[in-house]
Amino acid sequence: MTQSNLSPKPDAPDEPDISSLPVKLSVQDLNFYYGKFLALKNIGIDIPANRVTAFIGPSGCGKSTLLRTFNRMFELYPEQRAEGRILLDGEDLLASRGDVALIRARVGMVFQKPTPFPMSIFDNIAFGVKLFESLSRIDMEERVEWALKKAALWDEVKDKLPQSGASLSGGQQQRLCIARCIAIRPEILLLDEPCSALDPISTARIEELIAEFKTDYTVIIVTHNMQQAARVSDYTAYMYLGDLIEFGETEQMFFKPRRRETEDYITGRFG
Amino acid sequence: MSAFAEPRRLWSNALADRLFGGLARGAALLTLASLAGIILSLIIGAWPAIREFGPGFLVHNAWDPVREDFGGLVMIYGTLMTSAIALLIATPVSFGIALFLTELAPAWLKRPLGTAIELLAAVPSIVYGMWGLMVFGPVLARYVQQPLQALLGGAPMLGALVSGPPVGIGILSAGIILSIMIIPFIASVMRDVFAVTPPLLKESAYGLGATTWEVVWRVVLPYTKTGVLGGIMLGLGRALGETMAVTFVIGNMNQLGSLSLFEAANSITSALANEFAEAAPGLHQAALIYLGLVLFLITFTVLVCSRLLLLRLQRNEGKRA
Amino acid sequence: MKNDSARMAHFLRRKRTNRVALALAFAAMLFGTFWLAWILWETLRLGFESLSLSFLTENTPPPNEPPGAGGLANAIRGSLAMVALATFIGAPVGILSGIYLAEYRPQGWLAVTIRFVNDLLLSAPSIIIGLFVYAVIVVRFQQFSGWAGAAALSLIVIPVVIRTTENMLALIPSGLREAAYALGAPKWRVILQITLAAARAGVITGILLAVARICGETAPLLFTALNNQFWTTGLSGPTANLPVTILQFAMSPYENWQHLAWGGVFLITLIVLGLNILARTLSRDASS
Repeated sequence: MTQSNLSPKPDAPDEPDISSLPVKLSVQDLNFYYGKFLALKNIGIDIPANRVTAFIGPSGCGKSTLLRTFNRMFELYPEQRAEGRILLDGEDLLASRGDVALIRARVGMVFQKPTPFPMSIFDNIAFGVKLFESLSRIDMEERVEWALKKAALWDEVKDKLPQSGASLSGGQQQRLCIARCIAIRPEILLLDEPCSALDPISTARIEELIAEFKTDYTVIIVTHNMQQAARVSDYTAYMYLGDLIEFGETEQMFFKPRRRETEDYITGRFG
Repeated sequence: MSAFAEPRRLWSNALADRLFGGLARGAALLTLASLAGIILSLIIGAWPAIREFGPGFLVHNAWDPVREDFGGLVMIYGTLMTSAIALLIATPVSFGIALFLTELAPAWLKRPLGTAIELLAAVPSIVYGMWGLMVFGPVLARYVQQPLQALLGGAPMLGALVSGPPVGIGILSAGIILSIMIIPFIASVMRDVFAVTPPLLKESAYGLGATTWEVVWRVVLPYTKTGVLGGIMLGLGRALGETMAVTFVIGNMNQLGSLSLFEAANSITSALANEFAEAAPGLHQAALIYLGLVLFLITFTVLVCSRLLLLRLQRNEGKRA
Repeated sequence: MKNDSARMAHFLRRKRTNRVALALAFAAMLFGTFWLAWILWETLRLGFESLSLSFLTENTPPPNEPPGAGGLANAIRGSLAMVALATFIGAPVGILSGIYLAEYRPQGWLAVTIRFVNDLLLSAPSIIIGLFVYAVIVVRFQQFSGWAGAAALSLIVIPVVIRTTENMLALIPSGLREAAYALGAPKWRVILQITLAAARAGVITGILLAVARICGETAPLLFTALNNQFWTTGLSGPTANLPVTILQFAMSPYENWQHLAWGGVFLITLIVLGLNILARTLSRDASS
């Protein structure tokens, strides 16, 4: 892979320095264990609000693991455990004793493979909304339409809302999952390799969405595809074997990485 | 913008979660409770007989409700013998069927034949029993038992096995019908078990020039032997505990007159089926429950072995995968 | 040269062994299917002969009446009632336990133990279940009853439903669960609305298989429901049912009773095979 493949957005305005931006999510001294295995080592990172931050690194580096601490997903598995602090707007979400559902309502997540629920397209979206709000039928319809429009899916499904979500194509299913996620109006969107199961055209559509989303949300994306990180993100973090190696502006990371390891990975000498 | 969570709703969710989890756990615990209940109720019910006859009950040849003298030898012998005959016939046949289904049958035949075998495993045993009594028994008497007697009647040892009235009722018929009943069970377990052999393993044996039979006998069978054994034990468990297929044809005679396989006899299950509802509470009923307890312990042991063997195969499979 | 011919002979011997073994396997297949075909054929033939309208509408007749008189209406009604009741009790309990095994710490010691015990109960002799229910219900209430029969049958339904429910839930990809949790859904909602809904077809298959199984179960009814010659409306006394009636009639020397027994066996075989085929098509549709 040569650097010319990674051409930056030509007219992208220069991103301000990270430290000058408001922080949405601040990870401090985070260690993560699978049983006894230490999978994340002392991670510290400040993720800026209303920007797209990408996590890259070879498989097994811990990027997905890190993402799954942001909504406490790991708690589903008794042998997994996190230590440290993750501050969401200054409040430690790991230490929060409130209902984890409240955190997950603010931190939405989209997974590698599309996961339509076994119900109609409409109910797929309404399911999440009903968990937190009691809306009238009309309000609910409005919300569903709003979410589907946000996910650029409305025109394709508006005539078949009562059909099963599984009847959609893979790319549509993934956008349905995105719509479902934003319908409950989260503040942060976690995207865990959202395009890895999709064809190039569907991938392009989702990447367009990501660019639009940053006005409303803080987007965090994990990807194994470096071009994708270069295309969609403002900031990029490189992880390796559970360590956060480098974090900076995407352009700088790809053209002037400060660390030798990052450069090796970016230029394909490794990984 | 923050989520519009209503605390009340979340609180009721937490409560519902706990309630639902408790309900599921409670339902699951019922399984343990019913096993414990079965064992306990059998021991309590059998207690008078256990106290009266002790372990000697197992080898005592008597069944006299009038003098209240009970021993389970006849029924235990009948149960073990019929199951042994069933296994003797069913094992090789099931192996052949499984071999045919996995290695020989053309692709278009595999599924329908496999489905047919599985469907037959679902046929209620009362059907087998009734067929055995009304259709098979007479045929067996006429075309198998009478010729066998004519052939072996004078021979020592063997002669004893075939003496008695050739009426198509007795241990032999019960054993044969049990075998027909358990063939589908064992065959479908064996087929499933054979199917877990990695294709690569088989292909490398074929690659060396091995014949189909050599691949099955030297590669597939050793690889799956615990599962095959587990399947056979599962069939044995069925045979031991089967009531209807046996009750119709075993003849219900509580005496061990001779070693003949043609003689009417009895098994634990058919003794229970025939006598229990009418037995007077007291020693007679307790003796029958004692028999039930013995049956439960035998099948329990067999089934535990079977499960452990099948589990071991699964675990090995998991490790290799 | 000599070496070559020895090798050839060895090769031919191996080929011969192979042919013999495969021929035997084929023979085993024929042998197995021969019996089974014979049994089904006789059941269909003799059973079909004894079917008539009165078979479904009239009660069990006294012995020695002319063939064709009387039917199995009371037995069919009793069986239906007990099977339905056993399913209504057994299916929810089985589904809940299956949920526990699949969704709550499936590798925990409790789940492992219960799974093992359930496998044992799945193939435990059904007559033992009858003895258990006799001791717990019949003795307590001093009476044989349809309730006791239904209880015994439900104890057979439960393990079957547990097994299939657990297996089906385990097949649901964990991504679906995670996606629901990620929205902040509580566990009970995730299970009832997402995973169980996704496994719906499989769970229904399990229930159908369980119903098929208890339709023909005789042994557990012998000392719980017993039998009854008459039409009863409740389940509080001895209750007529198909399997025990078949047993009693088939073992009797009376021709009209034997006739009806064949009809009953035919009916049961038809229902059981039908339910099994239905369950199979359902689960195949779901998996495709």
